[in-house]
Amino acid sequence: MATQALLAGNGAPTFYVTEEEHHPEGGSTMLGFWIYLMSDCLIFAGLFATYGVLGHSYAGGPSGRDVFELPLVAVNTAMLLFSSITYGFAMLAMERGSKSQTLLWMAITWVFGAAFIGIEMHEFAGLIAEGHGPWTSGFLTAFFSLVGTHGLHVTSGLIWMIVLMVQTAQKGLIPANKRRLMCLSMFWHFLDVVWIGVFTFVYLMGVL
Amino acid sequence: MTTSDLAKIIFGRLSLESIPYHEPILIGTFIGVAIGGIAVLGAITYFKWWGYLWKEWLTSVDHKRIGVMYIVLAIIMLLRGFSDALMMRAQQALSFGDNQGFLPAHHYDQVFTAHGVIMIFFVAMPLVIGLMNFVVPLQIGARDVAFPFLNNFSFWMTVSGVILTMLSLFIGEYARTGWLAYPPLSNLAYSPDVGVDYWIWGLQLSGIGTLLSGVNFVTTIVKMRAPGMTMMKLPVFTWTALVTNVLIVAAFPILTAVLAMLTVDRYLGFHFFTNTMGGNPMMYINLIWIWGHPEVYILILPAFGVFSEVVPTFTGKRLFGYTSMVYATVVIAILSYLVWLHHFFTMGSGASVNSFFGITTMIISIPTGAKIFNWLFTMYRGRIRYELPMMWTVAFMLTFVIGGMTGVMLAVPPADFVLHNSLFLIAHFHNVIIGGVLFGMFAGINYWFPKVFGFKLDRTWGVRSFWLWVIGFWFAFAPLYVLGLMGVTRRLRHFDDPTLHPFFIVAAFGALLIAGGIACMLMQFFVSIRDREKLKVGGDPWNGRSLEWSTTSPPPQYNFAFTPVVHDLDAWWDMKARGAEHPTSGYHAIHMPKNTATGVVLGVLATAFGFAMIWYMWWLAAISFVAMIGYAIFHTFNYDRDYYIPAEEVARTEGHRTPAVATQG
Repeated sequence: MATQALLAGNGAPTFYVTEEEHHPEGGSTMLGFWIYLMSDCLIFAGLFATYGVLGHSYAGGPSGRDVFELPLVAVNTAMLLFSSITYGFAMLAMERGSKSQTLLWMAITWVFGAAFIGIEMHEFAGLIAEGHGPWTSGFLTAFFSLVGTHGLHVTSGLIWMIVLMVQTAQKGLIPANKRRLMCLSMFWHFLDVVWIGVFTFVYLMGVL
Repeated sequence: MTTSDLAKIIFGRLSLESIPYHEPILIGTFIGVAIGGIAVLGAITYFKWWGYLWKEWLTSVDHKRIGVMYIVLAIIMLLRGFSDALMMRAQQALSFGDNQGFLPAHHYDQVFTAHGVIMIFFVAMPLVIGLMNFVVPLQIGARDVAFPFLNNFSFWMTVSGVILTMLSLFIGEYARTGWLAYPPLSNLAYSPDVGVDYWIWGLQLSGIGTLLSGVNFVTTIVKMRAPGMTMMKLPVFTWTALVTNVLIVAAFPILTAVLAMLTVDRYLGFHFFTNTMGGNPMMYINLIWIWGHPEVYILILPAFGVFSEVVPTFTGKRLFGYTSMVYATVVIAILSYLVWLHHFFTMGSGASVNSFFGITTMIISIPTGAKIFNWLFTMYRGRIRYELPMMWTVAFMLTFVIGGMTGVMLAVPPADFVLHNSLFLIAHFHNVIIGGVLFGMFAGINYWFPKVFGFKLDRTWGVRSFWLWVIGFWFAFAPLYVLGLMGVTRRLRHFDDPTLHPFFIVAAFGALLIAGGIACMLMQFFVSIRDREKLKVGGDPWNGRSLEWSTTSPPPQYNFAFTPVVHDLDAWWDMKARGAEHPTSGYHAIHMPKNTATGVVLGVLATAFGFAMIWYMWWLAAISFVAMIGYAIFHTFNYDRDYYIPAEEVARTEGHRTPAVATQG
């Protein structure tokens, strides 16, 4: 748009665009989605800050050192990091225009993502079974909420991924679908970055 | 299973007892609302307007229509919020000594909570967002916002919040906690009824709508400006809209998060904000004000934007200090994140922390003062036309400056220790919100109304409304400043000291004057619509300066047949000065988004979900939630979302409208 000539051929200023420009459809979607992600990031910022405040309010209950199982969390982290790499491969396949490979890599990503959620639910169920549910203390409230909010995001990502796989299978890699796949890609990597924060600040620093 | 168990599963906490049929005031209100509602619905049916309403308005993705719907919503809610205000003023004027007034404490506490919530979230916010919706795309020479469907969806999420808040009047009750529902009072232990849950879900749903509006407008302003419109050629209203929406995107997620935390505290027994078990109520108060303080700038900045459009137009001069105006706006936005603690100086943060936040708060008055001087210098030696928008602007300058100065007084921590939670504070924030935001929105409505509908608003009734509002405001709130200095705290229902009585009577008289102002404003709309042929105007009735005045009034659906090219800050002024000719042939087919019912459907489902959560009807909550997700996914399978307005139709529309563009007022 900014490249539009402001002067006509004879040097006189033009005041109206008389030749209709072709606007690439959805040209603003990426920026809009970025802005949305940044707002989502602030939700996590709020949760991190709250964890920072309540993280040592044990109220006689257990501390992070007592309840975190780092090996399990390490496996979990690996699942999510692998899923980010495989989503990257799906994007590369999309750029090459290979629908089947895109779908294949997305399916693999989905399995990693589902494994992550499965392990997280196992961890949560274990904590609750031992009597360390979120209603035990301020610390566990903040822990379950922060990690659980991330988990909910991953879950929505998984549902979204199924929808996009169906849509890609139906309509192929048309521009609208490519745009959607890019948005999910940003969402997925964003959740990865948030998880790095969770892993570092909650789990690693929790057991130090 | 007994019937009562079954009823509990189906209706959750809801029972016949939840209907407040023993409250005569509420029954009267209900009858009034019911009769009014039936009359409106009957009229729509009688005149066969349903199809038109559905096709042209409710499902519309046109930013102009959505803007109008926001403002209509705001005006309806102003009537509700103002009724609450009248009730409070009457109660406080009556309730002295042996007289207990007419509102029991249980009811009075709901009234002051609802008044605050409604006025901020469902009057001021829809006014601001509605005005931005209508004006911003026109000012930047765009045909719609970046995400037209999302815009419609945002509107319906706001409506969901409104419906839930209004329902609380007749089914159950509203929060009795004050408008920000501080814990521990808002915890389940101290507010076990549905009031706080109505508050939570009403704000959560409308807050999501607002957040998405923010994303939409930032993208629109960044990506969709007409060729040649660099950032420093952006009209000031659009600048303030941009900054406001950045603030929305940066502040509303915190509201979403803090509401969700209060939700899990109340629903699942978590301990974010409880007194015991490691919870921390102060965390809530910090978080809610990290949203809440930017929120007041979200409201006031667009009003500053309106004044920055109105003053140059009605003085016939270029805005004084455009660059400083832009920087002042941005500086205010940044500072708005560094002052939140001044809302609770008295809560023991210590001298150093209080000093920091006191100083940052005082610093905000510098860019704000710069703005006031810019408007004054614009007016200096101008040919001022005292049309209605300009009158509101001058009233704003005189009123707002006082509100700003009392704000600086409150920013001094030792003074705040005396004045906090007093009627002085109440007078201060009404002074800036009525005198700033509301006067600004009234200026904006009077200014852009001819653009929206093609005819001006009636001056006579407008002037009457203006004087009643302005004088009424001072009668209503000047006594509150005095009472606050005398130590009267806010939210009191009954007084023993008879020496306070005259002040409350004067305040109540002021509220009656404002009621007259509102009545005159409604009359102004009615008379203007009746005399619309007489008040009819062309595209540029005020001799305007920015691009919205370069198209017809009302603008065609596509806003501009040919996208304007911008060479100057006052783009349209420049085009007029240099005799720019609008082409009269060579029209193109125009690419437009299609209307969709998805926003309405999702809004209805969200309302059902909120209602179900409030009343613990878990089955309905589950169904409506799944349906909401399902319908949203279903919507994404529709790839056929746009169409072209054929060139012939554009030519036909422009054919009988183009001459009108040249005609001035």
